[in-house]
Amino acid sequence: MTIQETQDEIIDDFEVFGDWMDKYEHIIQMGKELPLIDPQYKTEDNLIKGCQSKVWLHAEYRDGNLYFTADSDAAITKGLVSMVIQVLSGHTPEQITGAEIYFIDAIGLRNHLSSTRSNGLLSMLKQIKLYALAFQAKSLQSKL
Amino acid sequence: MHNTATIGEDRRAGGESQRPGGESRGKGESRRLDIEAIRKDFPILETTVYGYPLVYLDNAATTQKPLAVLNAMDEYYRTINSNVHRGVHYLSQRATDAVEAARVTLADFINARHAYEVIFTRGTTESINLVAACFGKKFLQEGDSILVSGMEHHSNIVPWQMICEEKKATLKVIPIDENGELILDGLDEVLRGGVKLVAFNYVSNALGTINPAREIIAAAHRHGIPVLLDAAQAIQHMAVDVQDLDVDFLAFSSHKLYGPTGIGILYGKEEWLNQLPPYQGGGEMIKTVTFARTTYNDLPFKFEAGTPDMAGMIGLGAAVRYVQELGLDNIQHAEHELMGYALDVLREIKGFRLIGNVDAGHRAGVISFLVGNIHPFDMGEILDQQGIAVRTGHHCAQPIMDRYCIPGTVRASLAVYNTPAEMDRLAAGIRKAVTLLG
Ligand SMILES: Cc1ncc(COP(=O)(O)O)c(C=O)c1O
Repeated sequence: MTIQETQDEIIDDFEVFGDWMDKYEHIIQMGKELPLIDPQYKTEDNLIKGCQSKVWLHAEYRDGNLYFTADSDAAITKGLVSMVIQVLSGHTPEQITGAEIYFIDAIGLRNHLSSTRSNGLLSMLKQIKLYALAFQAKSLQSKL
Repeated sequence: MHNTATIGEDRRAGGESQRPGGESRGKGESRRLDIEAIRKDFPILETTVYGYPLVYLDNAATTQKPLAVLNAMDEYYRTINSNVHRGVHYLSQRATDAVEAARVTLADFINARHAYEVIFTRGTTESINLVAACFGKKFLQEGDSILVSGMEHHSNIVPWQMICEEKKATLKVIPIDENGELILDGLDEVLRGGVKLVAFNYVSNALGTINPAREIIAAAHRHGIPVLLDAAQAIQHMAVDVQDLDVDFLAFSSHKLYGPTGIGILYGKEEWLNQLPPYQGGGEMIKTVTFARTTYNDLPFKFEAGTPDMAGMIGLGAAVRYVQELGLDNIQHAEHELMGYALDVLREIKGFRLIGNVDAGHRAGVISFLVGNIHPFDMGEILDQQGIAVRTGHHCAQPIMDRYCIPGTVRASLAVYNTPAEMDRLAAGIRKAVTLLG
């Protein structure tokens, strides 16, 4: 599935929830399905500091694609992190740097993307793009 | 109400009877406040959030504003707006009279000896920066120290750190105990060691602890050391009398006292303010200017460079009169009862952990807490979904969170318009969050 298709699927999933409680229950459930970061990578270096919740992120480059694992100390952030990773993991650096993440806004959690609220999520998206850019540069170099 | 301020008049000589609103600060005659009637003075409290009636419990961050304040500011702009202290014309004189009347109201409110000891600033933060910069410039030398407490807002840490760094002085800290109270045992010892100024908050914004201000000020004075009291979280909850406290500097913000944003107060004893160099240069703060030399204006204008926030001053004056009409003792009584009720209902929640003092008598305004292992940020979001506004995080007091080894807390903070029914909503909201997150 493309990045866009996964996002659209997530948005469809959320359409069925009439009640905000169900929506949050689902997000928290998604957090439990997050591909957890190996404890050895849960280091200060991999910690993305938001103002309020912490996110740890690790990236691996395999066969031309980037794969992410992560964790967060806050349950709702963790659920969102899990969804972001579901959307972006397993794609090429080019696809990731070019991706527009619109599903968070669409499922009504825009708060999490406002810099004033500055939790880990926004910083994490930036970090993912930075990783992708770095690997993009590397793979360009190796082609030269 | 728009009486002209007579700057320089000894306001004590006027006796005790001049207080606006006719409220005496005296004890005894407490009146039960009609909270439902008070709520009608605050239009924003009728807001609906995601289909729920708003429960506003972020009052320590900023309070809502009563109609009296909104109307006073509106009227200022509609009827007398013009630049103050400058014009010969009618409007300018009306505006000048109005802002100076506001200064008198503020002086009265904190029982300052003179209106000119009341400086208008942008808020607590600017008031503290002013003292740190000006006092530091004049009195701080290499090897000296400034003493703050372990439960300060960053606004009462960073300005001191900055001036200490510049002057090669050190910042010392009064430690706090597990109960969220200052440990004053070694205070005399510390004060003997080159401390030039003591700065601490009357009430902690992160824990709600009421600190023994009188005791600390007296101890500092025994060593001839002046004290700055950060009253940002005290001024809206209890009567503050600068002469009674004998405090040298007092700082607070209008916006936490039902007044407009962008304005606040620095009170300073005349003898201290006169010794400090000016803070910023510009219009209003000067007497004569030539390229060779400038002479500075008298208090309070020496510290009020530039065109001031006239509407803000008038709005703050109106806020103070509003509070005086309710009576701070009555407000304190009502909030104390509400705090007691809130703690009772919250303690019934499984896993509820109060951060700070468990004794309702030693706290004001703020309930800082955690529930089980739930992250404060998650709790705040689920409460928000139910129309309940709280603050989460370290509340600009990171050192305290480190002291308790926690990433932050959920903070519900009270104002005079909050009700027991809202405390029930908070408790129910927390229970819902626990079922989702627990
Ligand atoms: C104890 C304390 N000091 C200082 C401040 C800073 O006030 P302001 O941001 O209005 O300058 C606050 C506000 O949060 C506070 O609670």
